[in-house]
Amino acid sequence: MSSVELQKITKRFKYVTALEDVSFMVHDREFFVLLGPTGAGKTSTLRIIAALLKQDSGSVLFDGEVVDGLTPADRDVAFVFQQYSLYPTMTVYDNLAFPLRSPLRKTPEDEIKTKVEHAAEILRISHLLDRKTAKLSGGEMQRVSIGRAIVREPRMFLMDEPLSNLDAKLRESLRVELQHMQKTQGNTTLFVTHDQIEALTMADRIGVLNEGRLIQVGTPVDIYDRPATTFVAQLVGTPRINLLPAGRENGTIHVDESLLQMPAPEGRTLPDKLLVGIRPEDISLNPTGQFNGTVVLTEPLGVETIVHVQSGERTLLSLAPGMIHLQRGADIRFNLLQDRLHFFDETGKRIA
Amino acid sequence: MSDFYEVGPAEPVVISTRVDKVSPKARREHNVRAAIVIAIAMFCLLPIFVMSMTAFKTRSDAVSAPPKLLFKPTLEGFVFLFTERALVPPARAQELLASDTTDLSLFERVALSSGQEITGPSDYVGRLKNSLIIAGVSTIFSVVLGFFAAYAFSRFDVPGKDDLMFFILSTRMLPAVVVTIPLFLMYRQFGLHDTYQGMILLYTVFNLSLAVWLLKGFIDEIPLEYEEAALVDGYSRIQAIFKIVLPQAMTGIAATVVFSLIFAWNEYAFALMLTSDKARTAPPTIATMLGRGGIEWSAIAAGSLGFLIPVAIVVFLLRDYLLRGVTFGAVRR
Ligand SMILES: Nc1ncnc2c1ncn2[C@@H]1O[C@H](COP(=O)(O)OP(=O)(O)OP(=O)(O)O)[C@@H](O)[C@H]1O
Ligand SMILES: [Mg+2]
Repeated sequence: MSSVELQKITKRFKYVTALEDVSFMVHDREFFVLLGPTGAGKTSTLRIIAALLKQDSGSVLFDGEVVDGLTPADRDVAFVFQQYSLYPTMTVYDNLAFPLRSPLRKTPEDEIKTKVEHAAEILRISHLLDRKTAKLSGGEMQRVSIGRAIVREPRMFLMDEPLSNLDAKLRESLRVELQHMQKTQGNTTLFVTHDQIEALTMADRIGVLNEGRLIQVGTPVDIYDRPATTFVAQLVGTPRINLLPAGRENGTIHVDESLLQMPAPEGRTLPDKLLVGIRPEDISLNPTGQFNGTVVLTEPLGVETIVHVQSGERTLLSLAPGMIHLQRGADIRFNLLQDRLHFFDETGKRIA
Repeated sequence: MSDFYEVGPAEPVVISTRVDKVSPKARREHNVRAAIVIAIAMFCLLPIFVMSMTAFKTRSDAVSAPPKLLFKPTLEGFVFLFTERALVPPARAQELLASDTTDLSLFERVALSSGQEITGPSDYVGRLKNSLIIAGVSTIFSVVLGFFAAYAFSRFDVPGKDDLMFFILSTRMLPAVVVTIPLFLMYRQFGLHDTYQGMILLYTVFNLSLAVWLLKGFIDEIPLEYEEAALVDGYSRIQAIFKIVLPQAMTGIAATVVFSLIFAWNEYAFALMLTSDKARTAPPTIATMLGRGGIEWSAIAAGSLGFLIPVAIVVFLLRDYLLRGVTFGAVRR
């Protein structure tokens, strides 16, 4: 397996800039997740690494060597596409054998058979080998796509939202399988998704991409606990983070249009106008709490309950453990975990 | 998975491959539909039926009005089609027929009974061969060239793509009659008149625009990811085209082959003007088949029948692809 590095990659299409000055590195054996909303440039990044798309400027390096001149075949990466990549005219077996039969590899048929059967076993698709791919279910197709990537030993895996077309249950089980496979085999993997849960659960490190720019790179904990911008803060975590415009007067922060106020943390210089970010789990309901509000809505999820609490003109989301039932309009008291608050300036940048 | 697949649905359904599970209503509807299709097919096949009958009629039966449904079949039409003949005095004809020597072939007998003597083979078979060569080769050329052009237009950023596509289409816009005279003069000048090369070139160019447009549509429908997957898996672009794009474009290719072939096979105006003998194709030959003292309808019918066969064979061989081509886009996208 290899490491990949992107250096100042820029890619423009006729009307949009898909990628702007993107640099990051995926280490050998690392599971790196590229997270971003639709149109962020995730697929374009993968296609540039695989040489299916040519960047306008910047370089791609494998193991420290520039590979810009190499063809897709010579780059020797495995690509799992978002959709449509199994050949409908071939059986599952032939689809899996396809990369091994390439003129670059010329594997003998008995060795192909062993490898295909091994991959099929890992992905539990052995019973499908004789079938035509057009008749498979979505989950089976995606397994075969992944199988086609693992039959050979590529320098790295590029996966473009391989789970996004599947139903929730399948997605969960494949997610676990993929992670297990990556960890036991130590594959370098660049995994693209717009699903923050996939990113947080699977990644060694996450890169957040928006409108062609790389906004933050870090471990899941970094991304969740120290989001670099309000965009990142809103992208990860369900329910969403509460973002409240606020003003600072001397040592106190007042949330606009609300009775909430809190002491400004010591040792930090905060501007007069700022945004306060509070994760729902950092608002704890407590009969003796410091603040009061009224219940607007409760959404019991089973393990926990989302409580919508109104304070002044603002409605905050709070996450309480277990199933709780509260009357609409009931008064309620709560605390904020002061040391877990996030502060952003007016442009949305995190204030360290 | 439930046991649905073994046992089948509890209630009869409308569409199923299992006859026992289709509801009586759906089965009735199916029969009605089949009856309608058969009726339409019969109606469409009527001219061919009449033609086949005419081919076996005598000259007088062929022109009788109302047409005779019951008649004594004869091979006269086929004899006239395949041979050149000369008149013999009736007395001599009777004498020859009566002599009953076994060295008279079936064709000679038939010719004699209408007072003629066979002097040699006609040029029909040769013309049919010309048609086969010219239509076949030009179809192959236009489909092969058209496929690669369409692939390039579909997959690459060809500068001025839309204008070029329109230009290609525009080669078809003038009616044949308008361009035959200039073409005739050009062909005379370049020595292409009445040659295979000339006719193949003409039909290839004429069909190319159709081929490029049709095939581009089909190739556009094939997701780019199929080829990209092959490229990543270690294949070159040309290998990806042959291994991936070609099999998936088969329906489009079959449709294009049939359209091109039918055009080149049926073409009349250019063939009439630009060929005279060596490279003359079947359509002008059949249409100008005049017997002695009038049009030989039975010979024309026989000739047309022979003319139908090659196209029918090609369509029959490609029927699976064509059917899939017809439903392209309608079924699972
Ligand atoms: N071939 C192309 N021609 C023109 N614009 C393109 C092309 N490919 C991508 N784009 C544009 O580049 C931007 C980034 O596209 P990309 O496919 O990389 O996004 P993505 O992050 O993969 O989105 P999604 O989650 O929807 O797959 C988008 O605005 C897209 O419209
Ligand atoms: Mg994408």
